Amino acid sequence: MTKFNAWNVIKNGLNGQSYWTRQWRDPEPKSSYDVVIIGGGLHGLATAYYLAKNHNIKNVAVLEKGWIGGGNAGRNTTIVRSNYMMPGNHEFYEHSLKLWENLSHELNYNVMFSQRAHVSLFHSPGAKDSVSRIYNIMRLHGTDAELWDLKTLKKKIPHLNYHNSRFPILGAAVQKRAGNARHDAVAWGYARAADTLGVDILQNCEVTGFTRKNGNIESIQTSRGIIKGKKIGFAVAGNTSVLWQMAELGNLPIESHKLQAFVSEAVKPLLDQVVVYGVGGAHFYISQSDKGSMVFGGDLDWYKSYAQRGNLPMVQDVAEAAMAIFPSLGRIRLLRHWAGVMDMTMDGSFFICKTPISNLYLNAGWNYGGFKASPASGWYFADLIANESPHNYVQNHNLERFEKGINIDERGAGPDPKLHG
Amino acid sequence: MIRINCPYCGERDHSEFSYGGDATINYPSLDASEKEWTEAIFFRKNIKGFQFETWHHSNGCRMWLVVERSTVTHEIKSVKPCHPDLQKVVKNNK
Repeated sequence: MTKFNAWNVIKNGLNGQSYWTRQWRDPEPKSSYDVVIIGGGLHGLATAYYLAKNHNIKNVAVLEKGWIGGGNAGRNTTIVRSNYMMPGNHEFYEHSLKLWENLSHELNYNVMFSQRAHVSLFHSPGAKDSVSRIYNIMRLHGTDAELWDLKTLKKKIPHLNYHNSRFPILGAAVQKRAGNARHDAVAWGYARAADTLGVDILQNCEVTGFTRKNGNIESIQTSRGIIKGKKIGFAVAGNTSVLWQMAELGNLPIESHKLQAFVSEAVKPLLDQVVVYGVGGAHFYISQSDKGSMVFGGDLDWYKSYAQRGNLPMVQDVAEAAMAIFPSLGRIRLLRHWAGVMDMTMDGSFFICKTPISNLYLNAGWNYGGFKASPASGWYFADLIANESPHNYVQNHNLERFEKGINIDERGAGPDPKLHG
Repeated sequence: MIRINCPYCGERDHSEFSYGGDATINYPSLDASEKEWTEAIFFRKNIKGFQFETWHHSNGCRMWLVVERSTVTHEIKSVKPCHPDLQKVVKNNK
């Protein structure tokens, strides 16, 4: 694999770009591995990378039923932030943000991480108090957080709708180190870096069944043959329940819902930040990609679904929210929209934990927030698989927390997965 | 758009309804163990395929319905009133 550096760019520039090697190998599956990660999304690839990098476990396979970047890795709005307040969550997401800050160097791949600020608007004194509390908790834990008053906000983003009399903008809660990144590049970067360390990335390799022996999973039946794994990790987002039942493990505190993302035609530079607007039943977040497209999204489609396509009422809902806050987008045309299947949990927080099967580990329940979490998710999931015990930050992110009554519910929305947006 | 054939009002767009959730949960008795209650409140089959689920006709007759719907294709096989006694009434009136 050719390293990306100035010398290689010049050399290949003079040689008609003919010496670049492929980004990752396309190996045949071996019969057995030390660790098999099921799911070649950002979380699975990051896990494989950190297993090899941090724990020197290099005999690892990542099984992907489709192709790298074809699932939720390519179906998100690319927002990276760490504005969480619950114990465990804020340390975890802050660590993720720190990993993002060095990710391009770490992977030798430009993930185009842009710390352009995450600006969350508030529209009432109550909302200001509520968000101030969360952002003060963040500050107490060393995460950057600040409030912008109306004057600052108008100077920074002059073209918001400041004349909305129903929901007047009073200011914004801002995390300046937050921003966004290029989602494909993150998937490719992790795949390439993991492959360089010896990880086998097996695409078009769908899991069809498990063979159990002495309570453990001995081997995995796949569309590319039988693969043995000493340890097995699930990192399959919306399809977790399907695999869980394939392993005869029963029910999970997860429902699969779909979330849409939208991309408009490219326009000249219009928006320097990630802006979030959430009020009166609306939920809307928007940023501008480096190509110039407006990238935005809204709520879930509000009913359980495994279909990777969105419904039209939500398109209308998101368009209405866009017009309420950014009237200047009125004439912009939508290029694409698609839906990803989210693993929504009963308290809105994730699982990085052991399972009833001793050689099986679970990484799931990322709700809306899987993209930003992927580096830390890989980091702590690899740590769990290698060391057999969860790191302090994720010690309560397990399946037993509901029975113990230590739900990690940021929103306080209760046990209804679709409400944890 | 999913079209739901409400037994009281007729066929309507799904945007008139609110999704409830799994219609097959049996809540245990009040003195059941914490494990049973945890299972009923927090754990789901999360079926990929046809499932029974509740919908509320919140912008219509405001009745709760049990819908048999595929979570993959969104095809609907049946729509019935939630309450078994009302199922009989609706049946007798047709």
